Amino acid sequence: MTSFRLSKGGLIDRAAQLSFSFDGKRFTGHKGDTLASALLANGVTLMGRSFKYHRPRGPITAGAAEPNALVELREGGRKEANTRATMVELYDGLVAASQNRWPSLDFDVGAVNSLASSIFVAGFYYKTFMWPKSFWEKIYEPLIRRAAGLGTASKLPDPDKYEKAYAHCDLLVIGSGPTGLMAALAAGRAGKRVILADEGSALGGSLLNEREEIGGTSGLDWAMGVLAELASLPNVTLMPRTTVIGWFDGNIFGAVERVSDHVAAPDPHEPRQRYWKIIAKRAVLAAGAEERPVAFGGNDTPGVMLASAMRTYANRYAAAAGKSVVVFGNNDHAYRTARDLKAHGVHVEVIIDSRKESGADAAGVPVLRGRMVADVTGGRAVKAVHLTDGTHIACDAVAMSGGFSPIVNLACHKGAKPRWDANLLAFLPPDTGAAFTAAGAAAGKMLLSECLADGAAKGAADGRAISVPTCRDEAHAIAPLWWVKESQGKAFIDYQNDATAKDLPLAAREGYKDIELAKRYTTTGMATDQGKLGNVNAIAIMAEATGRSMDEVGTTTFRPFYTPVAFGAFAGPFTGHHFQPVRKTPLHDWAAEQGAVFVETGLWMRSSWFPRKGEDWLAAASREVLATRSGVGLCDVSTLGKIDVQGRDAGQFLDKLYCNTFSTLAVGKARYGLMLREDGIVSDDGTTSRLAEDHYVMTTTTANAAKVMAQMEFAHQALFPDLDVTYVSVTEQWAQMAVAGPKSRATLQKIVDGLAMSDETVPYMAALEVSILGGIPARLFRLSFSGEHAYELAVPADYGNMAARALMQAGAEFGIVPYGVEALSIMRIEKGHVAGGELNGTTTAGDLGLGKMMSTKKDYIGRMMAQREGLNDPNRQCVVGIRPVDVTDRIRSGAHILRKDDKPSMANDQGYVSSVAWSPMLNMWIGLALVANGRARHGEIVQVWDGLRGTQVLGEICDPMHFDKENKRLHA
Amino acid sequence: MLIPCPHCGTRPVEEFTFLGDASVTRPTSNDPASMEQWYDYVYLRANPRGRFAEFAHHSGGCRAWLVVTRNTETHEVYGAVTARDYARAKGAKA
Ligand SMILES: [Zn+2]
Repeated sequence: MTSFRLSKGGLIDRAAQLSFSFDGKRFTGHKGDTLASALLANGVTLMGRSFKYHRPRGPITAGAAEPNALVELREGGRKEANTRATMVELYDGLVAASQNRWPSLDFDVGAVNSLASSIFVAGFYYKTFMWPKSFWEKIYEPLIRRAAGLGTASKLPDPDKYEKAYAHCDLLVIGSGPTGLMAALAAGRAGKRVILADEGSALGGSLLNEREEIGGTSGLDWAMGVLAELASLPNVTLMPRTTVIGWFDGNIFGAVERVSDHVAAPDPHEPRQRYWKIIAKRAVLAAGAEERPVAFGGNDTPGVMLASAMRTYANRYAAAAGKSVVVFGNNDHAYRTARDLKAHGVHVEVIIDSRKESGADAAGVPVLRGRMVADVTGGRAVKAVHLTDGTHIACDAVAMSGGFSPIVNLACHKGAKPRWDANLLAFLPPDTGAAFTAAGAAAGKMLLSECLADGAAKGAADGRAISVPTCRDEAHAIAPLWWVKESQGKAFIDYQNDATAKDLPLAAREGYKDIELAKRYTTTGMATDQGKLGNVNAIAIMAEATGRSMDEVGTTTFRPFYTPVAFGAFAGPFTGHHFQPVRKTPLHDWAAEQGAVFVETGLWMRSSWFPRKGEDWLAAASREVLATRSGVGLCDVSTLGKIDVQGRDAGQFLDKLYCNTFSTLAVGKARYGLMLREDGIVSDDGTTSRLAEDHYVMTTTTANAAKVMAQMEFAHQALFPDLDVTYVSVTEQWAQMAVAGPKSRATLQKIVDGLAMSDETVPYMAALEVSILGGIPARLFRLSFSGEHAYELAVPADYGNMAARALMQAGAEFGIVPYGVEALSIMRIEKGHVAGGELNGTTTAGDLGLGKMMSTKKDYIGRMMAQREGLNDPNRQCVVGIRPVDVTDRIRSGAHILRKDDKPSMANDQGYVSSVAWSPMLNMWIGLALVANGRARHGEIVQVWDGLRGTQVLGEICDPMHFDKENKRLHA
Repeated sequence: MLIPCPHCGTRPVEEFTFLGDASVTRPTSNDPASMEQWYDYVYLRANPRGRFAEFAHHSGGCRAWLVVTRNTETHEVYGAVTARDYARAKGAKA
């Protein structure tokens, strides 16, 4: 408990007190605080436990790269794990909990891992959990997950909304520090549409955190002036709390706006977060630079922080990291840190400068040169530092600076690699072309004056420059320092994954010299912070260990996203029924009245069976079949794809699409059609009717409706562009119902207007435009999928329920029943009609027993490829019927067909059962199967082997038509 | 990635469905001697690094099939024409 709130200063609103809780304990903070700054102000430096060793950890940064201070934020469905306390804006009532500790943050049993740490070296996971293989799933993985998990996700649904939005601009400026402000100002004043996005809660970037002088005033006042001007320009959009997370093709940037994360619960009309796709003519990367830690023993002790973080906590949040601070660095920024702390009344014990000399102003703070911090002692809080020369200095906080890494991530998202600058000791962004340029510190401009000028130049539009204000520059000299090898304790490179400096030479010795391999072997850079702090140190240590240059070692790949993104932001509003809308047929209400059980088929809700009291699905479907075959049944078939085709060349077009011919179809007639893919395999089937010389109506299977439409569009536009034809999907516009059974005609007759129905007026395969119920337009087709004398009636969708109810009334005297998809399927299997199980993307027309449909007189899609030898091999699997020898046996779909005396194995496979049904007409299980050379094998006794369920029964191969082979009922 | 649809203007790639190489031309002959051409048409597709013309369906827009020319290496989009105009232009050349 050594950190504390400064008595004055900072950008916090001391009048606004906010109450919050951390690990169940209540604290107060102020508006303007982050969770991390408020905890520090309350003397809390211990905020989490590390991943592998469970070491005590506090915040090391004051920003987005934070690896340590990760908390579970909020509770219940709103709980969010691995949230960076340094980025969480404090609000009244905030609830957070530390992670990765048990039973408590102060006393963590897992910390024993630290004592056994010699076994946790690089490649630990690979070396320890190698064998036996069977242990992985059941023992090792759960063990690792329990011991080394980060935060836990809520299992409750997220109650909040998320949105997606597009934005377009002439210039996107990423980052609102001095560089970004100048870039936005230059383009904004030129009248360009500008978006200025910054991940921070307030705009101003480093000018909110640092004491600077610009244009004769403080950097902060200058920034506020520029922001006021930008806010007054109608062509400029300011987007605080917006992290640009990725750079994509077409200069599209992904960005997440945290709309409501800074309040307890979102306004009911606001989303929690909004995912933006920003399409920018040009973009400027003004993301600044990230300070690097130095690897020395105990550099993870709570109270050890980046120097810039310690300045930020003091300058912006009026929170001091300790009462007696040691500043350690390899560059001049150590000195400004000492000056800032001193100005806030914080005692700085000493500046330890690894270099022999520096011209920077220490403001009277003693400086020890040419020495380094080797170890920090203290465990849960800093107590002292040991220097490389043996000096021991008591202190309660350490500010460290190992130099600066330009934040080049976004510039590398398309695969280009950054390049090493040996003078700046930094990777600079690759050349990304004119549409996206890095500026300021992100481009290696380390002086404030350079940043202002670079921002102005890169933001300028049409050569219209703006004047650059004068400013005071900080010294920026640096000498390399990555790892203090004299350290005794653990010197961390990757804090979040607990990878230490020693792990890297070890990985190199074991052969993992490639940086991508070393990354995975040591897990350096693989945590949620993706190595933002430590990667450059890791590369430098690897370079030294292997005698290579920084460029030769190179960086690992920078991938989107810059910081972790909640799934909710990507899902946006597309959850639940907004992700998968419910598609109801026009007859849905009628079916519901009849007690239908609906099943989801794709998006459709289809009436599946209509149970009466006490019936299960099989009893209901069997009753529906018997009632239909003995009287009349009514089935909703509206989900079939319906496509209206018109034009002079409509027939010719259909001739191209189907393997059989439609140009010769008589007006007023329907025909079954089979479509092939260009490779000769069957793609879809359905009936098509000709209503007029130049007018057809096609139907497709329910599943392929959208696909067939897209294929038609391709065929017409790309293959046969000169055909005079037009077509549109009318699936939604027509309700369609099958009326099947010996009493179907008598039933329909009662609602059809002015037509005496007979085999002459409505012959088999007739397709007529009629009217029903005194003037409702309708289409009447004499089609049968059930094998019964049957019709399909189509009416405009809005008349669907009315027509179905009228049919139920008309058929009451014949005992009409509604039947569902289950009964429909039973009847088609009884009749041997092929459906989805047989039209499965591997079968030819010949396999389905429909080879004769393929025309030899015209060109059509699939004609040539269907003639290939392999597709006409008599040994191909083709459709047959299958029935059990013992009628009490059950045949299962998916079971394999074997010769009667063969051993059950896939080597002896002859085919498989593609569809099965309980036939109430035959009182047995029947099926369709695809069997090698099946048509020649009717009557053969085979084994039906279901290895999955462990059953094996004898079956007989038969004609696919199990019932009414003479089709007497069809024409009855 | 943004696709300039001749009907709808510049639209995001999410609205499109891609079908691959547009350089292939469907043979017109049904003569068995043309089988080699058919094999090439059905199975052979170029997969070049660099400039590439491919079919794209504006399935979330005007539903026109387009031929989009883009660079497979840089993902730069050079332009798009309707598949109908593309087919007719190719037919005129042949
Ligand atoms: Zn379009």
